[in-house]
Amino acid sequence: MTNDVVIEVRAFSQSFGEVRKIRGLDLDIRRNEILGIIGPARSGKSTFLCALNRLNDLVRGSRRAGTIRIDGRDIYGPDVDVVALRRKLGMVFATPVPLPRSIYENVAFGARRAGLRGRLDALVRDSLEKGGLWDEVKDRLHTSGQKLSGGQQQRLCLARILAVAPEFILLDEPTSGLDPISTMKIEESLRRLKKDYTIILVTNNTKQAARVADRTAFFLNGGLVEVGPTAKIFTAPDDQRTDDYLRGRFG
Amino acid sequence: MKRLGPRLEEKAARTGLWALTLITVGVLLFIIFYILRRGLPVLSLEFLTTNPMDMGKSGGIFSTVVGTVALSVLAIVIAAPFGVGTAIYLTEYTWGGPLTRIIRFGAECLAGIPSIIFGLFGFILFVTKLKFGWSILSGGLTLAFMLLPTIIRTSEEAIKSVPPAYRLVSFSLGSTKWQTVTRVVLPSALPGIVTGIVLSIGRSIGETAATIFTAGSALRMPTSLFSSTRTMSVHFYILAREGISMPKAYGTAAILIIAILGINILTYYLMNRFIKKYS
Repeated sequence: MTNDVVIEVRAFSQSFGEVRKIRGLDLDIRRNEILGIIGPARSGKSTFLCALNRLNDLVRGSRRAGTIRIDGRDIYGPDVDVVALRRKLGMVFATPVPLPRSIYENVAFGARRAGLRGRLDALVRDSLEKGGLWDEVKDRLHTSGQKLSGGQQQRLCLARILAVAPEFILLDEPTSGLDPISTMKIEESLRRLKKDYTIILVTNNTKQAARVADRTAFFLNGGLVEVGPTAKIFTAPDDQRTDDYLRGRFG
Repeated sequence: MKRLGPRLEEKAARTGLWALTLITVGVLLFIIFYILRRGLPVLSLEFLTTNPMDMGKSGGIFSTVVGTVALSVLAIVIAAPFGVGTAIYLTEYTWGGPLTRIIRFGAECLAGIPSIIFGLFGFILFVTKLKFGWSILSGGLTLAFMLLPTIIRTSEEAIKSVPPAYRLVSFSLGSTKWQTVTRVVLPSALPGIVTGIVLSIGRSIGETAATIFTAGSALRMPTSLFSSTRTMSVHFYILAREGISMPKAYGTAAILIIAILGINILTYYLMNRFIKKYS
């Protein structure tokens, strides 16, 4: 983790129709850190991730205010190429969603849409290795990605975004449906990936943030309550509400 | 009336539903059996490959087979791209506002209009106004109009049944809208879309009212898009209605049934192979 800020969020708000999901958010994200985001359901965690890669644009009635800058550039600026932006921020969703194609073609999907043709063996292998899935699937790359187990599917989704060579990895409760061993494997991958990527991990499991995050942010009702080094947030938070949430008094 | 116990109720339901199914399938099989029994004795390769003679009293049905195929192919080639394109636009490119709902409602109303009205419309527009005359072109265009609502509806349903998460994943991996539609949505929706198109082919082959008005009933072998032609179902209608030859009429009907069955079976076979290969 370094101290240079790569994502700068300032006074950012997001609503869908009449429903306000994020209000006046200020947050800095640093290069090569794992930022854990915790908070109860409907606190705006996932909406925040989808604001970063502009998936919120696809929702009807989406409105926003404030700015988000990545490497100093406003991602909602007029001349932003959304497709290129999304390649820069790979996203893993809460439910693993392999596309109905082979393991190989799932991994190659993003690269193919970016214009690569033919065989992509090296890229597929490299991505699956980084995602920690290669050894388990190397003999059946051309079988359906949907036939894998849940934990394997989620690692396939991780490998799939790595093949697009993103700078950021956004994870939206990636282990919420997985067993402890699969969860552990994903967390191991994240620790390894940290040196090459900046990782934002939304999790409804506070212990997961404690295990893997360098810094942790606590979201509540669409706003940031506090953010700081994980050890500090978990032992001596500044805000009483953080303490209450971590002790399980609400959530 | 005293209520049945749950166990008896279960049994009654099962038996009742079984009986309903049996009757449905029974009626269907009876129709097919009845027509085949009367039609099959007439069938031969010669019946298929020689032209009708003497108003259809003798000879075969070759020119009507050609006419039917020409009309149906023309109708599908026109209706499928328009229908599927409209369905993609309605489902993927609009938020479902008032305009979308009007288009969808219009398509649904169109689907309920009796085919003879389409025939009359085609007669007025294509045959007389645009001066295409009774021709394959007029008939094919009219059939295309008639098939559009079905193709739009079935394609829309197929596209809507593609999990929304697939689209999100595709976008999040840096696909454009068009790539998402062509690479993710359409392949997943294809079985449903093709089923709709096949149903439409069946409908266009069997259509009588709309084609008699627009393609006419000439028995000559058609030579161009502007030739008048007689489809198999029109041929059957005229043979039976005017008492020209009942055996030939049943023979034609048998061919119609076999063709539609064949198309359905072939499609399901191809579909299964496609799905296996794809996933």
